[in-house]
Amino acid sequence: MALAIALILLVIASVLFQIYSPWWFTPVASNWGNIDDTFIITGLVTGIFFIGINLFIAYAIIRFRHKPGHKADYQPENKKLEWTLIGLTSVGIIAMLAPGLLVYSEFVSVPEDAETFEVVGQQWQWSFRFPGDDGQLGSSDARLISPDNPLGVNPDDPRGQDDRLVLSNELHLAIDQPVKALMRSKDVLHNFYVPQFRVKMDMVPGQVSYIWFTPIRTGRFEILCAELCGLGHYNMRGHVSVESAKQYQAWLTALPTFAQLQQRNQQQTQTLSDATPETLISAGAQLAQAQGCLGCHSIDGNKGVGPSWLNLYGSQETLIDGQQIRVDADYLIESILNPAEQLVRGYSPSMPPYRFNSAQLQALVAYMQSLSTLKPPLSTSPPEALEPTTSDSAHTKIDKGATYE
Amino acid sequence: MSDSIISGAEHGPQSFWTRYVWSQDHKVIAIQYSITAIFVGLIALVLSLLMRMQLGFPGSLEFMDAAAYYQAMTMHGMIMVIYLLTALFLGGFGNYLIPLMIGARDMVFPYLNMLSYWTYLLAVIVLLSSFFVPGGPTGAGWTLYPPQAILPGTPGTDWGIVLMLVSLVIFIVATTMGGLNYVTTILQARTKGMTLMRMPLTVWGIFIATIMALLAFPALFVSGVMMLCDKLLHTSFFMPSIVSMGESLGYQGGSPVLFQHLFWFFGHPEVYIVALPAFGIVSDLLSVHARKNIFGFRMMVWALVSIGVLSFVVWAHHMYVSGMNPYFGFFFAITTLVIAAPTAIKVYNWVLTLWRGDIHLRVPMLFAIGFISTFVIGGLTGLFLGNVIVDIPLSDTYFVVAHFHMVMGVSPIMVIFAAIYHWYPKVTGRMLHDGLGKIHFWVTFLGTYAIYFPMHYLGILGMPRRYFAYPNYEFIPASAQDLNAFITVAALVVGAFQLLFIFNLIYSYWRGQPAPSNPWGATSLEWQTPQTPPAHGNWGEQLPQVYRWAYDYSLPGVEQDFVPQTTEQPISDQAREGHK
Repeated sequence: MALAIALILLVIASVLFQIYSPWWFTPVASNWGNIDDTFIITGLVTGIFFIGINLFIAYAIIRFRHKPGHKADYQPENKKLEWTLIGLTSVGIIAMLAPGLLVYSEFVSVPEDAETFEVVGQQWQWSFRFPGDDGQLGSSDARLISPDNPLGVNPDDPRGQDDRLVLSNELHLAIDQPVKALMRSKDVLHNFYVPQFRVKMDMVPGQVSYIWFTPIRTGRFEILCAELCGLGHYNMRGHVSVESAKQYQAWLTALPTFAQLQQRNQQQTQTLSDATPETLISAGAQLAQAQGCLGCHSIDGNKGVGPSWLNLYGSQETLIDGQQIRVDADYLIESILNPAEQLVRGYSPSMPPYRFNSAQLQALVAYMQSLSTLKPPLSTSPPEALEPTTSDSAHTKIDKGATYE
Repeated sequence: MSDSIISGAEHGPQSFWTRYVWSQDHKVIAIQYSITAIFVGLIALVLSLLMRMQLGFPGSLEFMDAAAYYQAMTMHGMIMVIYLLTALFLGGFGNYLIPLMIGARDMVFPYLNMLSYWTYLLAVIVLLSSFFVPGGPTGAGWTLYPPQAILPGTPGTDWGIVLMLVSLVIFIVATTMGGLNYVTTILQARTKGMTLMRMPLTVWGIFIATIMALLAFPALFVSGVMMLCDKLLHTSFFMPSIVSMGESLGYQGGSPVLFQHLFWFFGHPEVYIVALPAFGIVSDLLSVHARKNIFGFRMMVWALVSIGVLSFVVWAHHMYVSGMNPYFGFFFAITTLVIAAPTAIKVYNWVLTLWRGDIHLRVPMLFAIGFISTFVIGGLTGLFLGNVIVDIPLSDTYFVVAHFHMVMGVSPIMVIFAAIYHWYPKVTGRMLHDGLGKIHFWVTFLGTYAIYFPMHYLGILGMPRRYFAYPNYEFIPASAQDLNAFITVAALVVGAFQLLFIFNLIYSYWRGQPAPSNPWGATSLEWQTPQTPPAHGNWGEQLPQVYRWAYDYSLPGVEQDFVPQTTEQPISDQAREGHK
């Protein structure tokens, strides 16, 4: 009897929860509002069955619970009833499936006027690529990926020269313009997920997947990863700004093209030794993005898989063995080359050793220094400040340009 | 046929070691399987509570960093699905019930049966050893998707993943030994008069599930071996060209999606490998405790068979957003929603069995009815996820977590509890404590509702699953964290009350009321044994003979409200038909 009451109360509570729940879809920001409609239809059909079956059980318990002297009916089967129920179920299934498949057929048919762009995932950050004036993306290959070519764009493909690269987690899109997102990954599975857009798709290394959508609402929305991709999965974030066509064009044309970046990289490698602090910092920033440093080390103070770089340089940290250290250039370089050696308390030893030449290390340290207010900013402390104070520190042993193992 | 092998208790093994440890008796092996499975299940339960602490109260456990979280998550999932549910339903209930319910003296290959258990135990030991190796167990998620499972950036990629794959391979060997045994026993060792259509649905469920296991596990076996090759020999089955953490790896040309196809070709049938024995058992329990025949028996059998067949053509509904060719979505959405029809038939027939019954709300029955309710939720939310377009916003969110816990976590566990309360008197000769059982039921039933019902709404909101934390996500309102804290509290309560159940199992073994040989007044053969608990060889001198189906409850014109399968008169219509 208590069970019957419990079932009735559960049905009532469930319906009330559904009505009053503050947790519901985020307001839709793409053309895929009709997916919400298919959800509602499914909710209605299944809701009827949920309420019906539970109340039927409750009623059966109340009416047919054991009473002395009472005996159950003997009824092995009832063909008519069974087939009626099968028919009813089939109607319910069709009511859900038919609209679902109609909307899905839209999902798989990309409109003619959709503009293509590319999303590239890596542990644990995003990059993007837009076609240049030719409207076509150049070919790409994971085997071409290098610090100087972080997206693996084919340098011999003329279509790729004018591609515009976004080497950060910030994506912009124009409102009301259908887009087809081509998606690939450098390392493991990821999933490009903007809750307000509704559609999502895995990004798979070795192949290109796609989705299409039309942003219909301006605003800045979060990009999340929805496919487990390792330690930093929960913190693999980005933003997409949906804005007017004019704003979007202005943003797009300010982006560097692939050819420009290639050229700039070449110049930088030649001139980094006597670079100005500003070019050193920007080289470091680019390296940090391209090498995936920012996937774990945020620059806004958010704790990620690794410590944030905001105000890290010059700070006091406690190592895992209790030792107190001050974060300086030596410590940073040592931690890039041998991350597990002097681990800060509260972090797991998950960073692999990186190989950089000393110019790159200088650039990275300069960038980290620029993110900290704890030391005089770099402009007043020239690159010479990076010279070691003790002779046994790691990077004194190696000449400029050599590779650390 | 097994008559010639063993007959009577006096011929059974006498020493402690051959009787209880290296035993070839299906009943002892069943208990070994069950205790081992429940033990690892408790470990997995603790792991889930640790995860819930992190989700409900982030940072409350000092050792819980992202690596530990993902390791707990992976081990929880794998243990629950494989080492608890599969092992307990097939190795535990299958072993105990098949020979007793079909009137055999033992499995037809008793030695293989013993090997199956010890191989399973080895798999468990290898799995648990990964907690103690450098780097710890794998944190790749129970789906073990490559490339992530074997690359840096995921915990346990040195030792953990290797031990996990090796353990799975060993487990599959154990399941295959057991499975061949169950199928052969059911086909060959049924006693006189036990036609296939007179077998109780419990045996039918285990039978179909075992056949499915024999067909599905090889897919996991090969994918495990292939991934081991990718990891240890640097082959490229699942590995394309990859740049990991700035370093180009030597792989090229493999396909990560191939692994997903192989995994889910196993993984979806696996859901039903767990569900079908539960369906069978719950059908029998409802019938016994409602004192009424199961409604639509033949339809129930055909539903089991068609679910078994259909479950092999729905696997890619786990992969709607995997990057496979999106046109596959049409096919798999249709097959998936078609499978809802036989599943719905089963639900209707369960509730129609209650209709005009004589419902005794004893503890096994409470759990059985609780199962219908939780299974209805889990089954219906499956219709959201099976319908490809509705799945797309929901996949990889907490909606999925709530769905699969309801449908293949809570629901089968409810049946396991029901079944233990139901058969414990036969297994031990003592009744479980009724009051403790009722408390256990109410906390578990209401508690799991409290945990999983609201969890669906976090998924609708869009909260992604497999997140260690949700730091500063703007689209997630602060109230979602409150809900997560509430869910954690509910989970802790439900978790703690499982200890009451364990206590009941142990306490009642020594202090429980002595059980009569047929305390529920059931018709099936296991309740008609000459001794309780059944002795070695089960049936004494003479094998039982079966004259009717297993559901002659409240037969008109008969004083007693049940007629055991071994009773010759009177002959019901159904009994005659079953004999044809």
